[in-house]
Amino acid sequence: MVLQARGHGVSPDFLNFIETVLNGLMSGVMYSLVALGFVLIFKASGIFNFAQGVMALFAALTLVGLQTGQVPFAHLINAILGTDIHHWGPGLPTVLAILVTMLVMIALAFLIEKVVLKHLVNQEPIILFMATIGLAYFLEGMGDLMWGADVKALDVGLPSGGSFWWEDVTRAWAPEGADYFGMYIDTLDVSAAIIAVVLVVALTLFSQYTATGRALRAVADDHQAALSVGISLRSIWVIVWSIAGFVALVAGIMWGAKSGVQFSLSLIALKALPVLILGGFTSIPGAIVGGLIIGVGEKLAEAYVGPIVGGAVENWFAYMVALAFLLFRPQGLYGEKIIERI
Amino acid sequence: MKLTKLAIVTAMAATVGTTSALADLVFPSLSYRTGPYAAGGIPFADGYADYFTLLNERDGGINGVQARVLECETAYNTQKGVECYESTKGEGSLVYQPLSTGITYQLIPKATADGIPVHSMGYGRTSAANGKVFSHVFNYPGTYWDAASIIVNHILEENGGDINGKKIALVYHNSAYGKEPIRTLEELSKKHGYELSLVPVDHPGQEQKSQWLQIRRDRPDYVLMWGWGVMNQVAVKEAANIRFPMENFIGVWWSGSENDVVPAGEGANGYKAVTFHGVGSDFPIFEDIQKHVVDKGKAAGAGDQIGTVLYNRGLYAAMLAAEAARAAQEIHNTKEITPAQMRDGMEALKIDSARLEELGLGGFGPEINVSCENHGGPGLGAIAQWNATDGTWSLINEFGPADREIIDPLIMEDSTAFAAENNIPERCS
Repeated sequence: MVLQARGHGVSPDFLNFIETVLNGLMSGVMYSLVALGFVLIFKASGIFNFAQGVMALFAALTLVGLQTGQVPFAHLINAILGTDIHHWGPGLPTVLAILVTMLVMIALAFLIEKVVLKHLVNQEPIILFMATIGLAYFLEGMGDLMWGADVKALDVGLPSGGSFWWEDVTRAWAPEGADYFGMYIDTLDVSAAIIAVVLVVALTLFSQYTATGRALRAVADDHQAALSVGISLRSIWVIVWSIAGFVALVAGIMWGAKSGVQFSLSLIALKALPVLILGGFTSIPGAIVGGLIIGVGEKLAEAYVGPIVGGAVENWFAYMVALAFLLFRPQGLYGEKIIERI
Repeated sequence: MKLTKLAIVTAMAATVGTTSALADLVFPSLSYRTGPYAAGGIPFADGYADYFTLLNERDGGINGVQARVLECETAYNTQKGVECYESTKGEGSLVYQPLSTGITYQLIPKATADGIPVHSMGYGRTSAANGKVFSHVFNYPGTYWDAASIIVNHILEENGGDINGKKIALVYHNSAYGKEPIRTLEELSKKHGYELSLVPVDHPGQEQKSQWLQIRRDRPDYVLMWGWGVMNQVAVKEAANIRFPMENFIGVWWSGSENDVVPAGEGANGYKAVTFHGVGSDFPIFEDIQKHVVDKGKAAGAGDQIGTVLYNRGLYAAMLAAEAARAAQEIHNTKEITPAQMRDGMEALKIDSARLEELGLGGFGPEINVSCENHGGPGLGAIAQWNATDGTWSLINEFGPADREIIDPLIMEDSTAFAAENNIPERCS
């Protein structure tokens, strides 16, 4: 505004650059939301949870099912009993549906601990990893049986679409008469950024100032020492998987609002991998900063390298950045340096 | 003695079993009801199966021979698709619908060697339309190149026949499938003078912010889309977000189902897609399906997909297969046809408007005319438009032709090169 008043303007090319960076940051936040779930579980139990993406899908499916009043397992019930039931009513209000979904994710955490993890205590990490692969396939199938495979619209009342206000403000930054339409920013991404900030602050406060949080940190630092002071590893696992379930629900809501709730949603885990490599598998700030770097990096690459090499460079560029970090800092930006003394 | 009796009984049972298997007309369905693309695979598979169930229940099969749908789950995975082919081809399978461009490419040499026809309906290798080279591959009633041309024809129609200087962007899945229309669109741009820009999207297409920022800056007059699965839903949503005029956003037929527009809500209103068959359930055949299939509890799915775009497409594919089987029965004067005879039936397939009426599908699709030389069929298509308020698609023009002047030489060029590479002699002479 000031620049325009002086009769100057910022070059549209530079404004486009800023727009790309801003949108990269917003996309990065979305990746961080997924990566956070991985970090929480890995930090507390050393398990790389292959099922994190499917947990986001399962949570989102459950949420939409509750919102729309869908009868779980309706197709199965109808096939077996010859009935024709699909809905039990108009559905739950959004807030209530979110709360019930959270309860479902907590119940799931209990089940995972009871049925899977309990039996795999002291097993090699690769065994636990394989168990989470099985869990991913199980949850995917269960989600299909419970809620069906059709694409569902998800609306939790968050704003979405380009911000008119921001477009108007930034349009004035370009020189008068310039072929510039203002900067684009998706209001849904802004909501995601705010939610991510709240989530990280809440997680940090929880781990710093609550007894359970301190127990979580103790387990993360040293399983044996934590056990020796009476911390129940199994309870901690349930809590951690519940929190990861909550993070999966948040990620499922944000991604589901973008693309609809469908089985491809589980593939968002692919977006979290370079973030984890970059930020480290054990750091919550790492997941955030890693996400932002990957988001900005891939958007800049697509905008400025893409046209030279034919486009569609985002995905491999993110992994290239992550690999470059691996070469110089294998533990990631914020990961713990592993020193083994022989 | 007992052993001899047992052997005789076993042999008789085996003979009866074999006779029974041969008596059925086997139509394999390489479906994908699981995995990331299940939302698209389920309605197609349901439509395909329900049509044959209808023929069995209402008519006693095809000319009195029961049709048997042999479903095999591929999860849209090429390797699993090939395994499905290998495990079902020995069952007397008459024609394969691979339902994936990747699987189609793998099956072209295999099925040709085995003498089993492949019907990649509106997908797969476009130049397979040249029956002189591709003896067992069919892609009627239209190809991707037809689709590209029909969309450009629609844009021409909207602009009084002059699109010189217009900007058209193609948002495409960065794969062999997504790249199919590029050459055709480039040739058409030379002819009509529009400026073509290419916007690739990497698989699976969940994140397309960069692509739509670019589109927002370039401000093309039209955006075309060659996408599948989540890529479609995200693209429609992003287009709505940047307030791109939806009536100028046109997808190929694999980017034009309810799945693709529902997540964007009202924002998707006006989105268009090219199609080679009718939309909705306002055709007499759907009453028969309700009566003879759904009400009897014999529907392949939950019965909730009837009339959706992809259900209709599966049903249409089954109808084309059944009609080709009838043609084969007539040509060879036998009810129990072989895959080789089925191929002959497909090459002689002719469905006029009167026949479509008889089938309860009057106006559902264009007239079909396949020959030994032309496996691509009529190459006609119409434009469908989405009404978000009603939640319905409707055709906004008649089935019209593609620009054969541009497309036929491209098909000839590609298929001739394939024939030369693979030492395939020309047939149909």
